[in-house]
Amino acid sequence: MKIVTKTMEGIADIELYPIIGLIIFFIMFVALLYVVAQLTKGQVEEFSHLPLDNENDQNNETMIQ
Amino acid sequence: MELQKFTYDNKLSRMFLYATVLWGFVGMLVGLIIATELIFPHLSGGISWLSFGRLRPLHTNAVIFAFVGNGMFTGIYYSTPRLLKTLMFSELLGKIHFWGWQLIIVSAALTLPLGITVGKEYAELEWPIDIAIALVWVVFGLNLIMTMVKRRVQHIYVAIWFYIATFVTVAVLHIVNSISIPVSLLKSYPVYAGIQDALVQWWYGHNAVAFFLTTPYLGLMYYFIPKAANRPVYSYKLSIIHFWALIFLYIWAGPHHLLYSSLPDWAQALGVVFSVMLIAPSWGGMINGLLTLRGAWDKVRVDPVLKMFVVGVTAYGMSTFEGPMLSLKSVNALSHFTDWTIAHVHIGALGWNGMITFGMIYWLVPRLFNTKLKSVKMANAHFWLATTGMLFFAVPLYFAGFTQSLMWKEFTADGYLKYPNFIETVVQILPMYYLRVVGGTLYLTGVVLLVVNVINTVKAGKFVETEEDSAPALHPHGVDKGHRLIEGKPVLFTILALVAILIGGIVEFVPMFMVKNNVPTIASVQPYTPLELEGRDIYVREGCYVCHSQMVRPFRSEVERYGDYTKAGETVYDHPFQFGSKRTGPDLAREGVKTGKIYKPDSWHYNHFENPQKMVAQSIMPPYPSLLSNTLNTGSTAKKIRVMQTLGVPYPEGYSDKAVEDLKKQAHGIAQGLRDGGIDVTDDKEVIALIAYIQRLGTDIHKNQ
Repeated sequence: MKIVTKTMEGIADIELYPIIGLIIFFIMFVALLYVVAQLTKGQVEEFSHLPLDNENDQNNETMIQ
Repeated sequence: MELQKFTYDNKLSRMFLYATVLWGFVGMLVGLIIATELIFPHLSGGISWLSFGRLRPLHTNAVIFAFVGNGMFTGIYYSTPRLLKTLMFSELLGKIHFWGWQLIIVSAALTLPLGITVGKEYAELEWPIDIAIALVWVVFGLNLIMTMVKRRVQHIYVAIWFYIATFVTVAVLHIVNSISIPVSLLKSYPVYAGIQDALVQWWYGHNAVAFFLTTPYLGLMYYFIPKAANRPVYSYKLSIIHFWALIFLYIWAGPHHLLYSSLPDWAQALGVVFSVMLIAPSWGGMINGLLTLRGAWDKVRVDPVLKMFVVGVTAYGMSTFEGPMLSLKSVNALSHFTDWTIAHVHIGALGWNGMITFGMIYWLVPRLFNTKLKSVKMANAHFWLATTGMLFFAVPLYFAGFTQSLMWKEFTADGYLKYPNFIETVVQILPMYYLRVVGGTLYLTGVVLLVVNVINTVKAGKFVETEEDSAPALHPHGVDKGHRLIEGKPVLFTILALVAILIGGIVEFVPMFMVKNNVPTIASVQPYTPLELEGRDIYVREGCYVCHSQMVRPFRSEVERYGDYTKAGETVYDHPFQFGSKRTGPDLAREGVKTGKIYKPDSWHYNHFENPQKMVAQSIMPPYPSLLSNTLNTGSTAKKIRVMQTLGVPYPEGYSDKAVEDLKKQAHGIAQGLRDGGIDVTDDKEVIALIAYIQRLGTDIHKNQ
C-alpha cells in the first residue's frame, strides 16, 4: 500500500483505511456465505421454482413443432 | 388460504417488444453504415450529419439505450408481475415510462447527428435530455419498487434483485456523470475537468456496461432460461452469491479504462485488482445459466430459443474473461486504443445482449399472441446468421488490434520507429475492416429475418391482452431472519444495494477530488483563448474524440511517435476531457508542439479538413468541407467564458466582455497567415477556430523552452 499512503499522507490515520476496507469486505462476504448456507433445501426449492409455477403457463412447447 | 384472482397485463411488454425490434434494426443499421464509412471515407459525401464522428455516438446510444434498453424493459414488464404474482403497480406509470423513453430516443436520434453533444462517450446527450432520462428512470423505478411492495409472494426472486440493482445504480451513475452547467438550451460544460472528468466518466462508462448491459440481462437470464428450458435455475444459492458479489465488485473497476493515462497509480491499481476479482462472480453467473440446461441439452438441438440463450451466455463468459484480461496493465498496453476493444464490446453486444434479446423475443411473441412461431426454420437461420456474423465481426478486429498495436510499437535495429507514419498501420488493417462489414451484414440480415418472423407470427395469432392467475394474499409468517429479512423488505433491500455500489465510487472519487497532489498543477498551463475554446467546441461537436485520442502514454514507442507523455496537470481546464478511447487516427495530444514530431502548419490542416486524401492519399478520414464554409457563431462566446469562470477556470474578472474582440484578433492572425500562403479564406470561418485549437494542443508545457 506504499503508493496509496504516499499519495494521501495528508489524511489523518490514513494507514487504517485500507485495513478497515479489507475488514468490511471480509465481513460482507463471510456474512453472505453464512446467510446462504442457512437456507434450507425446501426454501431453495421453493424460491427457484418461482418462475415456473404460473398455473396458466400455456403452450410451453410452442417452439418445438 | 383464500385464493385471490388477478390478471397480468401484456400490453406494456408488447409495446416495449416492438420498440426493441425497431430500434435494434435502426441501431445496427447505423453501425453498418459507419463501418462502411471507414473503408469508403467519402461515403458521407462531406455532409456533416452523416460523418463517422457524429453517427458513431448515435450507433452506440441506439444499441445500448434503445435496443438493449427496450429489450430489458420488455422482459422486466413481463417477468416482474409473474414473479411477484400481482399486476404492475401502475399501468399509467408504465405508459409514461414507455413513451418517455421513446421520446428520449427520438431526441437522441435528432440531436446527435446535428452535433449536439457533451462529448463524453455513452453520455453524449445534452442536459435537457439528461433531465428527461432521470425523470423517466425514476418513474420506472417507482413502478418497480411499488410492485414489489404489493406482491403476493414472500420471497422476491433473484431476477428482480438484478432489476432493482439496475435501477438504483444507473440512477446514481447517470446523475453524477451528467452534472453540467448549461450555456444554452443545447450546450453545456461538465463540472468536472480533465483527469477528474475522465475518472467520473469511466466510472460511469464501465458501470453502464455493468448495470445497463449486464445486470438487467442477468435478471432476464435467471427468468427466461428456466422458463424456456422448463426447469429451475441450476443453483439458487449460487445466484444469491453471484448477485451480491457482482454488484459489490463491479463498481470499482472503472479506472481500468485509464491505465497508463495520467490517472494516479493508486486508482489504476484499484481498478485492476477489482477487475480481476470480477471474473469470479461473472463466471459463477455464466455457469449457473449454462448448467440450468443440464438434462435439457436435447432440447437445445431443436429449439432456436435455447440455442440463442446458450450462445448468449457463452458470449457473456467470453467477454467477462476477456475484460479482466484486458485490464491487466501489460495486456492493456497492447490492446488499448486499438480495434481489440471494439471486438471485445461486440462479443458482449452482439453475443450476450443480442442473443438473449432475440431468444427472449422468439419465446415471448408466440405466447403474447397465443400461437406458434410462424417459422422455426427462419429462427434457426437467424441463429446461424447471428453467430457467424458475430465471429466475422470480431475475429478480424482482434487481428487488426494485435497487428496495429505491434506495428505502433515496433522499432528498427537502429532504434527508430519502424512505422513512423501512422497511415502505414491503417493501410495494413484495412482488409479487416472489409471483413467487419461482411460480419455486420450477416448479423443485420439475421435481424431482418427476425422482423419478418415477428410480423408473420403476430399476424397469425391473436393478442392476449390479459392473462388470469391466482395466488393467496401475502401473510408474512413468523419472524424472518438473515437474507429473507432483507429481501422481504423491498425498500431496505434497495438501500443496501445502493450502499454496496456507493462504497466503490466514494473510495475512488473522494481522494481524487480532495487530495491536491493527485493532480499536480503546472504553472505554464493556461486557460484556452476564446477562439481555441470555440475550436474545442467544434472538435467536440464533430466527435473527433471517437477516432483521435489525446493521451500520450508513457511508453518509448509513443513518446517517440507523438512527443512527451501527457500529464494530469495539463488537462485541468478541459471541460470535458477529450482523452478518447480509440486511435483510428493518430493521437493529437501534442499536435500543436512546433518542435514536435507530428507538427503540421496551419495550411496543412486547412487542406486536410477540406479533403484529407489530398494530404494523405490513403487516409480514411472523411472530408469536412462545411468547416470551411460555416461562419463561426460567436454569439455565446462571452457566456461560455462566464460559465468556464463559474467552473473555476481562471479567466480575469470581466474577461467575457472582451473575449470576442480577442477572438477576432487571433482569428485574423491565423486567417492572414493562410491568405499569405495563397488560401482564399475569411477570418470568420469555423475552420480557423478549429485550427487555433489544434495548434494549441500540448503546447503549454513547452512554453518555457
